[in-house]
Amino acid sequence: MIEVRNLVKKYGAHLAVDHLDFTVDTGQIYGFLGPNGAGKSTTMNIMTGYLGATEGEVLINGHNILEEPEEAKKCIGYLPEMPPLYMEMTVWEYLNFSAELKKIPKKERSIQVEQVMELVKIVDVQNRLIKNLSKGYRQRVGLAQAILGFPEIIILDEPTVGLDPKQIIEIRELIRELAKKHTVILSSHILAEIQEVCDYIMIISHGKLVASDTPENLEKLMSGQQTVEIIAKGTEDVVKDVVGRIGGIKHAVYENGIEKDAVGVSLTPEAGLDIREQVFTEFAKSECPLLMLSHSRTTLEDVFLELTQGAIEEVQTNEGDI
Amino acid sequence: MKAIYKRELKAYFQSMTGYVLIAFMVIFTGIYFMAYNLNSGYPYFSYVLMNINYILIIAVPLLTMRSFAEERKNKTDQMLLSAPVKLFDIVMGKYLAMTTVFAVPCAVFCLFPLIIKSFGTAYLKVDYLSILMFFLMGCIYIAIGMFLSSLTESQIIAAVTTFGALLLIYLWGGLIDFLPTSNVSGIIGTVVLITLLAFIIYRMTGNWIMAGITELAGVIIVTVLSFAKASLFENLLVNMMKRLYIADVFDNVAVNHLFDVSGLIMYLTVAAVFVFLTMQSIEKRRWS
Repeated sequence: MIEVRNLVKKYGAHLAVDHLDFTVDTGQIYGFLGPNGAGKSTTMNIMTGYLGATEGEVLINGHNILEEPEEAKKCIGYLPEMPPLYMEMTVWEYLNFSAELKKIPKKERSIQVEQVMELVKIVDVQNRLIKNLSKGYRQRVGLAQAILGFPEIIILDEPTVGLDPKQIIEIRELIRELAKKHTVILSSHILAEIQEVCDYIMIISHGKLVASDTPENLEKLMSGQQTVEIIAKGTEDVVKDVVGRIGGIKHAVYENGIEKDAVGVSLTPEAGLDIREQVFTEFAKSECPLLMLSHSRTTLEDVFLELTQGAIEEVQTNEGDI
Repeated sequence: MKAIYKRELKAYFQSMTGYVLIAFMVIFTGIYFMAYNLNSGYPYFSYVLMNINYILIIAVPLLTMRSFAEERKNKTDQMLLSAPVKLFDIVMGKYLAMTTVFAVPCAVFCLFPLIIKSFGTAYLKVDYLSILMFFLMGCIYIAIGMFLSSLTESQIIAAVTTFGALLLIYLWGGLIDFLPTSNVSGIIGTVVLITLLAFIIYRMTGNWIMAGITELAGVIIVTVLSFAKASLFENLLVNMMKRLYIADVFDNVAVNHLFDVSGLIMYLTVAAVFVFLTMQSIEKRRWS
């Protein structure tokens, strides 16, 4: 279990992490989501003890990362943004070095290295130099290094960046597999990825935690803003009259001139209410033909955009990245 | 520590740096050995060592430049620092690996006195002691190089600054002679040193009150002393600077055949100080 309390990290005047507070429970997949430069990597670096925090503390299984670094670090496997690979070593040498660094007893070392290599499917490249491997394989070697020793918590910083679609699917499957026995925390700026794999999403923007919940709850959180859009034939007064008879509407916005002799209305119902049927029957009763009825549901994407709006405007994140 | 030590040592011999360095040192020493001992018939190998100690200025930067700069550049330090290993073990692992590489040519040097002996009289005690001091001096240089490498991401900058620092140490004895010896210059020099100390304190702690107090106290003491006993400052600068002349201890053994224990202690202390500073510089980077 990880507890992060009131974490602050300043780089000079720049506030990278701004009073972050959260807990991570065992046995789930957590996703850090945020636009570029939101402070995801910094937070992860602090959690793993690579960086020191300006304020606040991190507890890993009750061990403070600063006061008892060795106990705390033993519970963590970490794959940083750029896999920390020694280019002049072979995969096998590298993993053995990593195992020794993690203080895995000598007897178990070769067995564990073998296991991990099978898990991430790098057995056939084990005798090649890391500098000769492709990006995808390097990423896997980095992942193998993080899994080695099977620590309770596995932290992965953008694990699928630079991989081809097939490899991405494989890595996702692997992460799901790992989550059966370990707690996995991963970060990404790609929503689809987080949505696909994670049980719990934490959205970070400007170093602040703006939302943290399960994907379903996050969608529900915003469902107050779901709307029903209609276009009805008739004058605005007639349509207003009909709309007035429908119950449970918070407010309605009218728009003329979408089509000839028709009015467009955007209806916002009260939270959790589905008014589509009612709209249909009321308009049918008044013999006012509906030309269009559509229902817009907020998706996680909207939630993400809404919550990180400020950041996106400022940083001008590439749309494709989100 | 063992894991890092083994990996580092392997890296030196996989990337050829180790072989090239050892070959370079052995060949140069061999040439001097041939010229002084074999051709001129001088029976002391220590004399050769004294004359080749300038090759450390070239060899050590090549050895130390990659130690931390490369890790930082390739971000492999993330792996070391997030592994359950103490910082001391990381630094010592690397330091010992570098001294091990350096120990290889020193071990080869041990053969030279024996060659001299096979031709006649050799002064083994002096020669072996010189080799030991030569090795320890190299260890100091390596510690300095490692510290400078930990300050930067660029291996080139690490190598150049190390080269500069070692050149300064090498020329130190000659530079001291240029220092003025009068009372007034001693007073001014001391004040300059105190100011420098105050500045370092300010830079490290960011506390200008503490730096100010240090400066003020230092200046007051110097002023009082200069009125009370001005002769105290005569030659002070030269005497102070002479203490920092690292190669002096080695030269004493190699040339004058004088072994002084305080020099040995100084060597070990200076090396330890720079290992400590390396740890501090890595620690500092985590917090800024």
